[in-house]
Amino acid sequence: MASAAKRSQDKSMVSPLVTPEGVDLQLQLGDAAQRAAAFLLDAAIIGGVLTAMSLLAVLLGIGALGAFGLTGGEMMAVVWLLGFFLLRNFYFTGFELSARAATPGKRAMGLRVASRDGGRLRAEAIFARNAMRELELFMPLSLLLGRGQGQGVESWMFLLAFAWSAIFVFFPLFNRDRLRVGDLIGGTWVVRTPRQSLTRDMADDGAERLRRYAFTPAQIDAYGAKELHVLEDVLRLRERRTLRAVAERIAIRINWTRSPDEDDFDFLSAYYAALRGRLEARLLLGVRRRDKHDA
Amino acid sequence: MSDIRLDPRLKSQRFRQEREADWRRLERLMDRVEKGSAAALTDDEILAIPVLYRSTLSALSVARATSLDRGLIAYLETLSSRAYFFVYGARGSLRANLAEFFAGGWPAAVKGLWRETLVSALLMTLGALAAAWLVGQEADWYYAFMPPEMSGGRDPAASTAALKATLAGKAESDGLSAFATFLFTHNAQIALLAFALGFAFCVPTALLVLYNGAVLGAFLTLFISRGLGVEAGGWLLIHGVTELFAVILAGAAGLKIGWAMAFPGEQRRLDAATSAGRQAATVMAGVVVMLFVAGLLEGFGRQLIADTAARYGVALVSAVIWGAYFYGPRREAARG
Repeated sequence: MASAAKRSQDKSMVSPLVTPEGVDLQLQLGDAAQRAAAFLLDAAIIGGVLTAMSLLAVLLGIGALGAFGLTGGEMMAVVWLLGFFLLRNFYFTGFELSARAATPGKRAMGLRVASRDGGRLRAEAIFARNAMRELELFMPLSLLLGRGQGQGVESWMFLLAFAWSAIFVFFPLFNRDRLRVGDLIGGTWVVRTPRQSLTRDMADDGAERLRRYAFTPAQIDAYGAKELHVLEDVLRLRERRTLRAVAERIAIRINWTRSPDEDDFDFLSAYYAALRGRLEARLLLGVRRRDKHDA
Repeated sequence: MSDIRLDPRLKSQRFRQEREADWRRLERLMDRVEKGSAAALTDDEILAIPVLYRSTLSALSVARATSLDRGLIAYLETLSSRAYFFVYGARGSLRANLAEFFAGGWPAAVKGLWRETLVSALLMTLGALAAAWLVGQEADWYYAFMPPEMSGGRDPAASTAALKATLAGKAESDGLSAFATFLFTHNAQIALLAFALGFAFCVPTALLVLYNGAVLGAFLTLFISRGLGVEAGGWLLIHGVTELFAVILAGAAGLKIGWAMAFPGEQRRLDAATSAGRQAATVMAGVVVMLFVAGLLEGFGRQLIADTAARYGVALVSAVIWGAYFYGPRREAARG
C-alpha cells in the first residue's frame, strides 16, 4: 500500500489521459530514470545484435567468398548494410508498432507509448517520434566520434555539437510531461503500465462483525476518509502491536468502553465497516469528508 | 441504519461483488492479449472486450464517486488502462496498414505539403544556380562544394576523356547490389536527418537542401564546361528524378515541422508541431521507399543502361509515374 500512498502524493507525474468515453485514467508518466534505463537497455540490445551480426557477416562472408567468389561476399555485404540500416532506424518503430507499443527495454521497465490526445496510437506518430532520434542521438553521436581531435575552429564546432546534443538529451527534464523532442513532434508520451491485482475488500470482514457492535452516529462521525485509509492499511497488515495501539486510540476518541475479551481486529474491522458505510452514504449525497478536521 | 441490519454488506461492497466476475474475465483476457496471443482469441472474446472495457470504465467512474475502497479504485484504473490500450491501441495488420499507406495516406500527405515542396525545390535550384555561377567564375570552387569521397575522380583536374569514362555504365555487374544498398542506406540516413533538423525552425534543413543543390550545380557545371552536359544529365537523371524528388520531399517535411514550430497560427505550439509532425512523418516513410527505388535505379539501372537516350527515357517515365501518383486526380479525397 506504500506505493498507493506515494501514487496519490506524486500528482505531478500523473498524466490526465482522458479516454474517448470521457474518463480520466490517471496514468502515471514514466520518469526520467526509467526512460533512461529503458533506452540503455535498448541500446545494449542494438549493440549486441549489431556485433553478433557483424561477426556472423564476416565469418559467412569469408566462407561465401571462398565458395561463390565475389558475388557471395557481396551478398553478405548487402545483408549487413540493410540489417544495420533497419536496426538503426526501425528497431524502435517496429517494436512500438506492435500491440504492446513498447520496445523490449520499455517493456522491461514497465513503460509503453501512448497517444497524448487519448485517441488511437497511429503509425505515423510512432514513425515521427523515432525519426527524431536521428537528431537527438545519432547526429550528436557521429559528431562526437568524428571530430574528437581537432583544434581551433574544429574544437569550437565540437563544443557547439556537444551543447546541441545536451539540449536534446536533457529536453525531457525541462517539461512537465517528460516529452523528448520525438514525443513532441509525434504527439505521444511514455506512460507506465502498472499491474495491480484486486486486493481483498476489507469491509468483507467488518460487515459481518458489525452486528456485534452498536456504534452511535456520533461515534462513527469521528473520522474522515484519510483516517479510513490509514485504518484500511492497518487492517491489511494485521500486526498485533499496531492493531492494539490503533484500537486504543480510536476507543479513547469515540468514548468506547472496551470489554477485556474484545479482539482488536474484530473491533477495528467493525469500526472500519461502520465508518466506510457512513462516509459512503454521505458521498452518495455529494459530501466528501477528507479527514477528521473536515466538517 | 436499518438496512445495514438486514443486509450487513455495504453498498460499495455489493457493487463490487456483483461486477467482480466481469472484471476478472476482462483481466484474464488482457493477460492473454499482453502475452502476445491476441490472434488466439475467439471472435466472441474479441467482441466481448470492448463491452467489458466500457462496463469496467463506467464502474471506475461510479467507484470513484461512491466508494472509499482504495484497492478497488486502483485496480479498476489499472484494468481500464490495460483494456484501453488494447481497444484504442495501434491496430490492424501490417498489410492493411501498408495498403492504406500506399493507397491514400502517403500521396495525400505529399499533396498536402505542396507549398513546402515548392519552397524546398526552389531552395535546391537556388543552391544549384549559385554553385554553377561560382564554379563558372573560378573552377577551384568545385572543391568547396564537392566532398572528395563523393567526387570519385570527377573533378576539374581530370581530363575530358576520363570524365566521359566515369559516365559510362559497366557491362559486368560486380559489386552492384552492395553499391546500391550502400547508396540507399546513406541517402535515407541523410533524408531522415534533413527531416529531423527541421525541428530547429527550418534553418538547418534549408541549408542542407541548399547544399545538396550546390553539389548538383557544381557537378553539372563541370561536365557542361567540357561539353558533356547531355551525357551527364542522363547519368544523373536516371535515378536523380526519384532521388532528388525524395530529397526535396524530405526537405519539405522538415520545413513543415519547423514552420509549424515557429508560426503555429491559431493552434497551440505543441498541437501545431504534433499535427505537422504526423503529416511530415507520413511523407518521410514514403521518402525512404522512394530512396530505395532510387538506390535500385542508381545501382543497377544506371550501370546496366549505358545509352544516354534510354537513360533519359527512364528518367521521364519515373517523373510521370511519381507526378501522377502524388498529384494526379483520385476517385475520392482519401485522407490518411
